[in-house]
Formats: sequence, C-alpha cells, structure tokens
Amino acid sequence: MNWDWEWTREFSVELFTTGLKVTAQITVFGAIVAFIFGLLLALLRRSKILWVSTAARWFIQFVRSTPLLVQLFFLFYVLPTIPPNIKLSALTAGILGLGVHYACYTAEVYRAGIDGVPPGQFEAATALNLPQVRTWTSVILPQALRRSLPALGNVLVAIFKESPQLSIITVLDVIGTAQELGSERFRYLEPLTVAGLFFLVLAIPASIMIRRLERRLEY
Amino acid sequence: MNPAESAGPDTQWMIRFDKVVKRYGDLTVLDELDFHVRPRERVTLIGPSGSGKTTILRLLMTLERITSGTIEVGGEYLSHTRRGDKLVPADEKHLRRVRKRIGMVFQQFNLFPNMNVLRNITEAPVRALGRPRAEAEAKARELLDMVGLGEKALEHPTRLSGGQQQRVAIARALAMEPEILLLDEVTSALDPELVAGVQDLLRDIASRGELTILCVTHEMQFAQDISDRVLMFDKGQIVEDGPPEKIFTEPEEQRTRDFLQAILKA
Repeated sequence: MNWDWEWTREFSVELFTTGLKVTAQITVFGAIVAFIFGLLLALLRRSKILWVSTAARWFIQFVRSTPLLVQLFFLFYVLPTIPPNIKLSALTAGILGLGVHYACYTAEVYRAGIDGVPPGQFEAATALNLPQVRTWTSVILPQALRRSLPALGNVLVAIFKESPQLSIITVLDVIGTAQELGSERFRYLEPLTVAGLFFLVLAIPASIMIRRLERRLEY
Repeated sequence: MNPAESAGPDTQWMIRFDKVVKRYGDLTVLDELDFHVRPRERVTLIGPSGSGKTTILRLLMTLERITSGTIEVGGEYLSHTRRGDKLVPADEKHLRRVRKRIGMVFQQFNLFPNMNVLRNITEAPVRALGRPRAEAEAKARELLDMVGLGEKALEHPTRLSGGQQQRVAIARALAMEPEILLLDEVTSALDPELVAGVQDLLRDIASRGELTILCVTHEMQFAQDISDRVLMFDKGQIVEDGPPEKIFTEPEEQRTRDFLQAILKA
C-alpha cells in the first residue's frame, strides 16, 4: 500500500482545526468534571453518615464496573426517552459521561492521597482545636492533593486518550474526523495514522512532565 | 457559662479522672483509674510501655474517647455534658470548648508540612480563636524568639532539624494559650545531640509555673527537673505517687524499683 502524501497534506489541516478543537474541549472539561466530582465522591465516601458513604461507594463501584461506551450511549440516547426527558447535546453528554466515569477513578486517587496523610496531622489539628472544615481545607486536603497530583495527571492523559469513544454519540474528535475523512475515499491508513501520531506526540511529553512532577513534589 | 457554675465537678482540681476505663476490644488499657492534678501542678507519668501513660494524654486531648468513667478539666466535664441531671457523652461543640484549655506536643512533632513555620503557629489562633492575623503573627514571632528560632519564621518545617521542629511545635502549642500542656515523649524521636535544647526550653517553660503540665517521658533526669510529682503506672493503674526525689531515690514499690532499674540499665 502506498502512502498518499498529497492527500495527507490536504486533510491534515482539517483534521487539526476541527478535530483538535473538539478533543481539547472534551479533555479539558472532562478532566474538570472528573477532578471536582471525584473529590466530592471521595469526601462523601468518608462521610460518617452510613447511607451517604454507602451510596457513594456503590455509585463508584457501579460506574467502574460498566463500560464507558454503554454509559455514553445511555446518557445520549436513553436519558431523553425516560422522564424527566433530559436532553443533552452530544458534546455535553460526552463530557459529562467521560468526566463522571473518570471521577470514579479520581475518587480512588484522592482516597489514597487522603489515607496517605499521617494520622498525626489529624491529631495535631484536633489538639489545636482547628474547626473540622479548616482541618480539611488547610491541613489535610493540601497534603492529600499534592500526593494525588501525579496520579491525577495520569487520569488526564487517560481522558485524553479515551475521548475518541465519544464518536459513538456523534461527537467527532480527531479520530472521528479521521474516520470520516477515510470513509470519503475508503482509505483509512493516512488519516488514522496521522491522528494516532497526534495522540502520541501529545501524550508522551505529558507523561514525562507527570514523572518530573512526581519527583519534585516530595516534601 | 462560668466553668465553676457548670455544676458537679470540683474546681480545686485542674484535671480529675474518676473511675476511667479505656478498652480497645479485649485489651483494657486503663482500669478504673482515679487521679487528680491541681492547677499549675507539674506531673510526670512514668512506667513500662503499654501501661497507659500516653493513653491518658490522648484521652485528655480528646484524640480518644473513654469507655466509661468521667474526666473533668478545670471544673468541667471533658467527656460528658450535663443534660438535666444525667451525664451524656459530649458533642463536638462541647469538646471544642474544653479543648481550648489544653495543648499538646507530640513525639513526632506533627507540624503541618504544607505551611511555613509562622503559619504553623498562627493558623489555629486565627482559625480557632478568631484572632486578627497581625496580632497572631506578632505573638508567633515572640514565641519563636523565645524558642530560639526567630530567624526561621518563613522556613518550611521540613527544612528544620528534629530539635528545631519540636521547638516550633512547642511554640505552636503555646500560641493557643492553654492552661494545661501535655508532653508526649517529646524528645524520644530526636537525635541524642538535639535532646538537650528541647529539654532546656521545656525546663524554662515549666519553671515559670504558669501551666499545668502532664509529661510522659523516659528521661528520668528531665522528669526530676520539671515535675513536682511523679506517677508510676503499671497495667493501667497508679502504682506509686510522690515527689520526684522520693520516687527516684527511695521508691516504696517493688515494681517502681524494677522499672527504674531497667531504665537505668538501658
């Protein structure tokens, strides 16, 4: 099979201008949802109220035990058909689905980070009579988040790499765009290779940066 | 409410344990323990490990809850509140109020590594006592000068030696202006050459006689220097109670003699 360089030059522009923008949107907003909602889940899991922590644990288990593809499908195609008939745009449904899915992973990341804070820190906060909320916002979470940062970076890369799954609900990211371009000529080699390279080129430096971060964050 | 009016407890005692039991599962750490500490008394708790000394400090600091019995601090119930004429386990709000009177210094320092030295000391006065930040900082700098670390205000705790960290921890506890200071094996985690600095500081603080001090230590000379009274513990009970000169030179109980001998050999 020959590589069509001329066509590659032609479609690459389109691939990047339309596909890249969508991929970036999915990654950034998906990660924001995952990071914030995941923290909420992690804190709910630690709740002293039994039904709250149980509900959070089950939710995490449920989401982690079902494929992202099915979750996206339900959010976009099934949710609008059952009352109260919530209709989300494809991109919103995708970002929410991806974000909530990975929130269940970040929740575990935060949990490990919180568990890693020495018990003496809670005890010192109690001994100093710091209010509960302050203990968390000033003492525990800053240390837990710092411990969590490298693992959160890995989740960010995972979200980035999983963004093509949104094509099942008609969101065209870089990969989706590449497939469309391919279908015009029934040639997939060039567009998919270029799209794949694009992921590689972004994901590798990201991983290296995360590893550096990991080393710098030691207290 | 004036603590003296909170009824029941006896105000001549700063700390009073009444039939205090603490169990962890099947393990009984404190067994119907009674003891009293007067205001401004300086008491050292000695005894073999597992005898319940540290548990006493942790119960006072409300890091643990008692299994049964009552603890009073400054004429107020610590572990309970009075509802009608019944005693019920205290809620967080009550604990917070009584806890204000107590400060603690830990074996492992437990400074907050995400804050600089100054912030470590000011965080609680600002957030728990509502002091203006400027006032808290001025006070913190005074305390840092007192512990000999005036230069280190903006350093991060992890950059300090163990001895320096412990001195910051002492300043941090004092910044809350407690009436009672709990010292939990405060020099055990230090390199030998750093012990003296911390002990000198505590001797100085103790000699001012402003605080009620409860100290758990294995350093007998230090115990003798800072305390008016020594309690020898074994198996969750007080074996012997007396002034340090007596306990360390002519103890009455065989168990005290055995313990002191074991310590001296080590």
